[in-house]
Amino acid sequence: MEKAVMVIGGGVAGIQASLDLADKGLIVHLVEKTPSIGGRMAQLDKTFPTNDCSICILAPKMADCFSHPNTNVITYSEVIGVEGSVGNFKVKVLKKARYVDESKCTGCGECLEKCPSKVVNDWEMGLTTRKAIYIPFMQAVPRVMTIDKEHCLKLTKDKCGNCMKACKRGAINYEMKDQVLEVEVAAIIVATGFDVWDPTPSTEYGYGRYPNVFTAMEYERMINAAGPTHGHIQRRSDKERPRKMAFIQCVGSRNPQVGHPYCCAVCCMHATKESMLAREHYDDIESTIFYKDMRACSKGFYEYVERAKRDYGVRYINSDATVQENADKHNPIVVYDVGGRQQSEEFDLVVLATTLVPKKETAELAKLLGLKVDEFGFLESSDRILGPGRTVKPGIYLAGYAAGPADIPESVAQGSSAAAKAVEAIAQAGG
Amino acid sequence: MIHMAETKVNESEKPRIGVFVCSCGSNIGGFVDVPSVADYAKTLPDVVYATQNMYTCAEDGLSNIREAIRKHNLNRVIVASCTPRTHAPLFQATCESAGLNKYLFTFVNIREHCSWVHMKEKDLATKKSKDLIRMGVARARLLKPQEEAKVEVEPVGLVIGGGVSGMTAAASLADMGFPVHLVEREGDLGGFVKILNNLYVTEKSAAETIKPLIEKVTAHKNITLHLNSSVKSVEGFIGNYEVGIAPKGGEEKKYKVGTIVVATGALEFVPEGLYGYNQYPNVVTLTEFEILCRKKTLPKLKSVAFIQCVGSRGQKMSYCSRICCNVAIKNAINIADNYEDMLGVMEKQGTLVDKIPVEKKATEEILERRRRRRGRGTEGEGDAEEVKLGPSEKIEVTVFNRDVMAYGVEHELTYNKAREKRVKFNRYTLDHLPKVFMEDNQLKVTYFHETLKLERTMPVDMVVLSTPLVAQPDAGDLSKMLKVPLGQEGFFLEAHVKLRPVDFATDGIYVAGTCKGPADITEAVTQGAAAASRAATPMAKGYVQAEALSSVVDETKCTGCGTCIEVCPYGALRKNEKGIAEVIVAACKGCGCCGATCPEGAITMTNYTDAQLLAEAKAALQEEV
Repeated sequence: MEKAVMVIGGGVAGIQASLDLADKGLIVHLVEKTPSIGGRMAQLDKTFPTNDCSICILAPKMADCFSHPNTNVITYSEVIGVEGSVGNFKVKVLKKARYVDESKCTGCGECLEKCPSKVVNDWEMGLTTRKAIYIPFMQAVPRVMTIDKEHCLKLTKDKCGNCMKACKRGAINYEMKDQVLEVEVAAIIVATGFDVWDPTPSTEYGYGRYPNVFTAMEYERMINAAGPTHGHIQRRSDKERPRKMAFIQCVGSRNPQVGHPYCCAVCCMHATKESMLAREHYDDIESTIFYKDMRACSKGFYEYVERAKRDYGVRYINSDATVQENADKHNPIVVYDVGGRQQSEEFDLVVLATTLVPKKETAELAKLLGLKVDEFGFLESSDRILGPGRTVKPGIYLAGYAAGPADIPESVAQGSSAAAKAVEAIAQAGG
Repeated sequence: MIHMAETKVNESEKPRIGVFVCSCGSNIGGFVDVPSVADYAKTLPDVVYATQNMYTCAEDGLSNIREAIRKHNLNRVIVASCTPRTHAPLFQATCESAGLNKYLFTFVNIREHCSWVHMKEKDLATKKSKDLIRMGVARARLLKPQEEAKVEVEPVGLVIGGGVSGMTAAASLADMGFPVHLVEREGDLGGFVKILNNLYVTEKSAAETIKPLIEKVTAHKNITLHLNSSVKSVEGFIGNYEVGIAPKGGEEKKYKVGTIVVATGALEFVPEGLYGYNQYPNVVTLTEFEILCRKKTLPKLKSVAFIQCVGSRGQKMSYCSRICCNVAIKNAINIADNYEDMLGVMEKQGTLVDKIPVEKKATEEILERRRRRRGRGTEGEGDAEEVKLGPSEKIEVTVFNRDVMAYGVEHELTYNKAREKRVKFNRYTLDHLPKVFMEDNQLKVTYFHETLKLERTMPVDMVVLSTPLVAQPDAGDLSKMLKVPLGQEGFFLEAHVKLRPVDFATDGIYVAGTCKGPADITEAVTQGAAAASRAATPMAKGYVQAEALSSVVDETKCTGCGTCIEVCPYGALRKNEKGIAEVIVAACKGCGCCGATCPEGAITMTNYTDAQLLAEAKAALQEEV
């Protein structure tokens, strides 16, 4: 077998699919939209139910994937066209100019200090800023800088040029142009992942209005030692640390009114983890989780929740909840009901388990590839019982959250499963 | 067959060590005084060359290493920089390209261990860098070149278990072009699923749904089916297993396979003594209920109660069985929609057999299942009491649950659909378990209404107990045979719960489906294909290369006590014909458990010998010279 496979999306599902294929001797072109592979898992602090450091267990896989002799990892790139069919796809990949020569940059960071621009840092969920030249996170792979052309003074106004002066390796190239690569592959795996839903439209939670209401992803960055607060939990209003925290589940999910009647399948567990971690950061912190059903239903999950109750003093209240605010101290007030009676309780900080949605671009990609999406935008398998991950297009397979809610091990299994299907297709075609 | 990789190093040479200290831009250089660290390295014993690089990993840094090896005749190389996790392969390859065996390379991590964690204490970070390099030098002096064993892999797979995950794994491997032995101890393929009514809320029967897979597996030219058979013995290691398969009562035959997928499934927990099971009529398990539906033998019912978590989540078993909520919801919808269709023929005609034990009227299939489980023979069936009933009314379905595990898209939407169909969901807690009892010849359920804070009793015609999936009782035997672990609950334990969901820690053996924990059919099928991918990798490659980090047995010291064989987590030790421990290099991961346990001190680790580790420890305790 000497055929090539394209994997679209460099999160944990895409990485697993790539490694499984590359280890079998196939050539893999891994196309990642952002400057680094790693995906959402790289952004998480810890993982349930073992509380392993997320990036620590992922980073070796990222490195293996990037340095594997059979992989061609194309970051900061997007698929813009596909022709052909199983065995003979011709894929057009737009490789965006990063204005930094990937072969010269070592990610030393000398340029960062000299860059005068400040840009909202998406990786840190907007909790801090980054420079116009940046590396999304310390363990990024490849460990090279990218210039954000929207915010670079040199590229927008032809001023500055500091980074070029700072770079001792001559890696900066302001003349770099977008490139279109044409890649021939026998099969394609789509693993484009998810976005975090912005809860601002659901005004009952006060997100965006009350400073001390956070999303779970913001909180994940905040408790991460490499994050914007170096692992300290801080209120937005006064930078004080909270003593009483509330976690509200199913924000925007299991809610047909906002178009997401589905369950996002991971937030019961990440809220449990996040409340445990709060206690590990400060041993007097008290957490309460407001939930509809505590869906702790994988291996070791129920026991994990029991441990949170028993050893970490986490309080679970079975109720819907909304948020108001005590304007004096900007303390959020959670309104809920128990046994039909309305109750309210003041907290220092509230974390919203917002639902997860397919990436917007997945819909366009689906059109390009001729795939079907369901009413929520998740990519659809052609046979969900016997052929999960197969699509209506022979030779194109799915993995990870883009194909429906899945946690990390499920995404990994789906990555391997999609790799198996690609190899089957190539073998069947006599490859 | 074992091939040794070539290597060129003269062992008798006196160590000539080169040390390369990396600034990593400002990552290290900003917090550690790199020039002074490099100068210090020059003073250490046997160090003949030391330098600093801005980026040792950049091409000029690498060519610096290659040149220095030639120019200074280095036979040991130390790089003090970042982490071996990401960069060791690069530096090892650089050494090899300059003719130096890669096991003569030592990595010292002064980024994670010094500059990053001691950013505010530059002096101490510098001192610690020196300490770590001194330790590295002490170890490097004692390094020896090593050879890596290369083991060929037999390109034949074995799949144990013919349920959906096993069949998927077998079909996938076969489609990839590998011959596969599929072993199933029953006479039919299909496992647990084949006896169910339907899968998700679909019109098709479960048997009909999985028929294409069964047909594919049965007809596939690359699959050898072993029905009514089981695995009796497993010898060997990755790429080279010899497996004994025997048909029921027949003779064991040996087969050579390269990799193994375990997909032996699970059983439904039998709720003896719980909620009137086996005590009152019409109290059945979820699977028994499915069989009644499938066989269209439901008795006439007006009200059905499902009780969730019977025997799970702290009642008997500690875990949540993941699938039972969704199976109960599916069945609730089935009877809400199609109850009339599933009635027994007698009931449809208007005369019926009601309120008598299911056992007395259930299909032979359920009776047979119950007898088998209890290990007793057929009992007299007795005559059923006949009761006349009026025309059936709309059926009432109540699900007593703790948390409804309708995760994801499809399960949650199905849960919503059930509620639209007026299936009632009543939450209970461990403090107030529902009670099932018989009063005035009527089956009743008492429950605690959480909102009203009141105890309520309702008459029901049938109680369905949702019990968890439990591990196969003989999973332990297979676990011992394959030397792979079981978790606390008796399910097979994967290598890593997050990142290696279908691998065992032992190379060459993989796991899929409900034998590793409850999973729905979509998940079981996904895992089957995933395990196939993992199992195919060494077979596609054709060989496995073992890092030279294995244990070595000193035959003159070994007494053959077997302790090392017991403690080895990877099954990498066995007794040879002399009764002495022998290492299977291809299976050994170099963890060192055997070395630490051996009462005779007969086992050492290549490349991490006791002498090397002691030298490193002694150097750690030395003061900076």
